[in-house]
Parts: sequence; structure tokens; C-alpha cells
Amino acid sequence: MSFTQLTFYFFAAVLVFAATMVVTIRNPVKAALFLVLAFFSAACVWMTLEAEFLAIVLVLVYVGAVMVLFLFVVMMLDINLARMQEGFTRYLPVGALVAALLVVELVLVLGGSFGSEQLPRPAAQGADYSNTRELGGVLYTTYVYPFEIAAVILLVAIIAAIVLTLRKRPDTKYQDPAKQISVRKEDRVRLVKMPAERRRQGD
Amino acid sequence: MIPLSHYLILGAILFALSMVGIFLNRKNVVILLMAIELLLLAVNMNFVAFSHYLQDLSGQVFVFFILTVAAAESAIGLAIIIVLFRSRRSINVEDLDSLKG
Repeated sequence: MSFTQLTFYFFAAVLVFAATMVVTIRNPVKAALFLVLAFFSAACVWMTLEAEFLAIVLVLVYVGAVMVLFLFVVMMLDINLARMQEGFTRYLPVGALVAALLVVELVLVLGGSFGSEQLPRPAAQGADYSNTRELGGVLYTTYVYPFEIAAVILLVAIIAAIVLTLRKRPDTKYQDPAKQISVRKEDRVRLVKMPAERRRQGD
Repeated sequence: MIPLSHYLILGAILFALSMVGIFLNRKNVVILLMAIELLLLAVNMNFVAFSHYLQDLSGQVFVFFILTVAAAESAIGLAIIIVLFRSRRSINVEDLDSLKG
């Protein structure tokens, strides 16, 4: 068994274990942490496929950004765990049946007449091969318009997330700069004319 | 060496596991979102495997776009969950029936 095979099967096992824990564990914080493990193992599996750039992006974007967002939200919300777990065992047989059918069907197709042995593993690239450079070459030429659209989608997501969670509290005091600079002296200052008073003795 | 079908079977197992997750955690919206992320990861696994075995980088470009859309989707989904929790004090799916006819 070569090193690549050993790496693949080890990280595949960790990935399947972490995914199982994500869907079965009761605590959402632990589920998020196991999802981090799953993404990390998936990145390692992608390394064996020479997709170095995507593996790094998966760790940076998912483990670094999306999972932190998940953890923030899970810790912000006060979730009633007991109510959440109702019906957990009730749906287990149906879910397990559907999943087992899916796996059996896909394994039958892939292991049987799919003919993946006719598609041999290509030879490993040399040390001067840069996956990032190749991917960038394709991304900025053939797929440049989808790339721009992806940027717009991210912008829309930023604005949507901010607008959704923005709220005005009724008891918070705000400044209105337009009102502040348009105020005149007459609105604020009242000049009172009163006769001068004599200073009393003893003061 | 590792045949292509092993990568595809790994993707299939991941996909089925996240399907089970959607069945089991159908009350908790946060775990539902996590299961959807796992589904997308399983799809991405197939894309990367085919991209390597066919020596065609288009598959990896597709994974790039799927990652972008998935990140946007989870950000908006979590924002919706926060708004939901503010108005309902709960993220249980069974409490979200105000649109029921």
C-alpha cells in the first residue's frame, strides 16, 4: 500500500466518521466542530487528487470563515435542545432506509458496469506544476464572466445579510446630523431681559 | 493506485449521510444548514475526482463557483435564522407555521 493510498483511506475514514457525528450528535456546537473536522479531512483528500488550490480554499473559506459564522450563530442563539431532539429516533428508520438505498444504488452503479477501471489514474505532475497557476489561467480567460457573476453574488450576499440583521431599537438614541446643522440660534437660546438687582448685604 | 470509483463511493457515502442528517434533525434549522453544506461537499468531491482523472480543470472551476455560492447561501441562511430567532424566540421548524393556510 503506497503512501497516497494510505493517506486517502485514512482521511476518507475520518471524513465519514466526522460526517456521522455531525448528523447524530445532540449539541450543535459539537456538530459545528465535527463539521470543521470533516472539511479539513476533505481538504486532505483533495490533496491526494492534486487539487491543492481548492484544498487550501476549503480550509481558508470554510474552516476559517463559514464555520466561525456557524459557531457565532449557534452560541448567540439560546436553543432549547430537549425540544429539538423530539422525534429523533422516530425518523431514524426512514432516514437510514433512504440512505442505505442511496449508497447501495450508487455502489452498484459505480462498482459494476460503470467502467471506471478504463479511466486510469493519470501520472503525477512534476514539481514545477502549479495547480493555482493552471486554475487561474482557466478562470481568468474561459470563465471570466462566471467569475464576475460570482463576485456579484458575494456582494449581494453581504448586503442581504447586513440588511436582514440590521435593526432599529426604539429605545436607542440616534443623532440626526441634518437637524443638528440646520438648527438656528432662535430655536435654542432665549434672551431674557430683567432689571439688575442690587447685591444684598452680607454676600 | 486508488481507482476513481473509490472517490465516487466516498462522495456517495457522504451524500447519504447528509440525507440522514436532514431526516433526523428536521427540527433544528442550524443542523439542517450544516447537512446542506455536507451535501455540497459530497458533490464537490465528485467534481474534483473527475477533474483529476479526466485531466480537465473545468471541474475544479465548477467547485470554485459552488464554494462561492455555498458561502453566500450559508451567510444569508444564518442571517435569516437570527431574524427568525429575534421574532419567534425559537428556531424550531414546527414553530414556523405562520404561512400555513
